[in-house]
Amino acid sequence: MSAKFISIEGITRRFHAPDGGTTTVFEDIWFAIARGEFVCMIGHSGCGKTTVLNILSGLDLPDDGAAIVDGKAIEGPSLDRAVIFQSHALLPWRTVLGNVAYAISSRWPRWSRSQVEEQARRFIEKVGLKGAEAKKPAQLSGGMKQRVGIARALSIEPKILLMDEPFSALDALTRGTLQDEVRRICLETGQTVFMITHDVDEAIYLADKIVLMTNGPEAMVAEIVENPLPKERDRNQIHRHPAFYAIRNHLIDFLVSRSKTFKSEIPADYDRRKPPVIVPQNQPQPLPPSHEAGRKVA
Amino acid sequence: MRQTSLRLRAGIVSLTILLIFGLAWHIGVSGTGPAQQMDPEYAKLMGQTAVQGKSAMPGPLDVLAKIWSHLKEPFYDRGPNDKGIGIQLAYSIGRVLLGYGLAMLVALPLGFLIGMSPLMARALDPFIQIMKPVSPLAWMPLALYTIKDSSISSIFVIFICSLWPMLINTAFGVSSVRKEWLNVARTLEVGPFRRAFTVILPAAAPTIVTGMRISIGIAWLVIVAAEMLVGGTGIGYFVWNEWNNLSITNVITSILVIGLVGMILDQALARVARAVSFPE
Ligand SMILES: Nc1ncnc2c1ncn2[C@@H]1O[C@H](COP(=O)(O)OP(=O)(O)OP(=O)(O)O)[C@@H](O)[C@H]1O
Ligand SMILES: [Mg+2]
Repeated sequence: MSAKFISIEGITRRFHAPDGGTTTVFEDIWFAIARGEFVCMIGHSGCGKTTVLNILSGLDLPDDGAAIVDGKAIEGPSLDRAVIFQSHALLPWRTVLGNVAYAISSRWPRWSRSQVEEQARRFIEKVGLKGAEAKKPAQLSGGMKQRVGIARALSIEPKILLMDEPFSALDALTRGTLQDEVRRICLETGQTVFMITHDVDEAIYLADKIVLMTNGPEAMVAEIVENPLPKERDRNQIHRHPAFYAIRNHLIDFLVSRSKTFKSEIPADYDRRKPPVIVPQNQPQPLPPSHEAGRKVA
Repeated sequence: MRQTSLRLRAGIVSLTILLIFGLAWHIGVSGTGPAQQMDPEYAKLMGQTAVQGKSAMPGPLDVLAKIWSHLKEPFYDRGPNDKGIGIQLAYSIGRVLLGYGLAMLVALPLGFLIGMSPLMARALDPFIQIMKPVSPLAWMPLALYTIKDSSISSIFVIFICSLWPMLINTAFGVSSVRKEWLNVARTLEVGPFRRAFTVILPAAAPTIVTGMRISIGIAWLVIVAAEMLVGGTGIGYFVWNEWNNLSITNVITSILVIGLVGMILDQALARVARAVSFPE
């Protein structure tokens, strides 16, 4: 039961072009997320990652199949699933406190003002924004805005956290800090997370499982990579782990070549309902760190 | 520092322009032309202008004196044709605020509806497109015929002319609220009523207030013309009446006062606009 807290069952999404044609973004996709798991999705631009996330959030509905959470099909947005938008989507006429409080008072309409404010301050402090409560989003840096988005999502204590490339617009240093913070908070609370990313290293650092999407249109889940690294990770030490380059090379290899060719050479035993689960193991000859260091695939 | 010095310099330039203009005006009207010989009866009718060759155009000092006399006693009431300028202004402002307020009551909810519903936007578009370019004064005969009250008719004309900018801007502002803000509300399961007041209204407020500001400007332009047309009371009627009395001093005074009130109305809405604006 707990192995399938979230279950994506055969979802298909098509868009109708104004000239009458239809594009199938992806077709018959299956995968599952267990309670407390941190799952990342990787794939090239336009393969439909955001569309999958929108279906999970309830902002969009699949044309076929269903996304099931806790045994119930998703039919619309829910406070149980908080979204961290790529564009942070803060309400610019509200202060930092006001933005977080808006979410909290939506979650618990009966709470008193002081209760709402107390909870908001608690989460603003958690993401390291203490002192900026009265600022408007326009007065914040990109990293600070993203933190407010994170505080807003976490403050409603959702069962599931959905993140769409939350750190992609940030500089490397801020990105690292925020990754650490999100990881710490999610570990503390056993948060179930689904996150889209373009950054292979980010996925390795954060994820328990990584879902690989082939290129669109008609994208599919090629495989699910299980992270061989232990749950306790230190960002400065993980590259010393024997399996680090195995998983890293596997992911980069997928993005560079197999995401294009996978569909034309589908393995005979491939089953859409159960995409193969791969656990990359240490290779005899890891590439030197300088070779691929910092490589990101856009 | 730079800011204040610029303001100061601009103020000095403004003052200089005013003084030069006043002086030119004063000199321009103070010369006397040749006096004409005429029948004393006729001369009496024509007044000093014709007899002494004095210009009929009042000078700036005459106007200042007139303004002072109005200021001393703005609210006197000596019958239908002789009321203080303050009373006339109060009538006009009252009509404008009434018509404008009614237009707001209609335009804001209707604009919300049009902005939220593509169907209503399309359905109402032809009516709006045809009604919008009509001069509000063209409604006056219809209003007088159906309402049969000149004062209410001018309120109606103000209503009509204030309606369109507010309606169009509200609809536009509401329909162009950023999708991501609406999505935030959706993911937080915010109900339609709360969403209207906590997301759509604040997001659209700057556009709505811009429409309201255009409306109040048009309303103040139109009320003068409307009151000239229907007569009775109001600053428009006052101007026309003083023209009939050949009191150019009063006409000039009214022009200044109309400008002043228009500016105050506009500034009031500019203040509202600043209050609802938000930087992104
Ligand atoms: N509302 C829409 N109408 C039509 N086509 C759409 C719509 N939304 C998305 N698409 C199409 O669906 C495909 C997948 O879009 P999606 O935003 O999910 O990609 P993505 O994987 O998130 O890309 P990126 O990494 O660039 O964010 C794209 O080809 C896009 O053109
Ligand atoms: Mg995307």
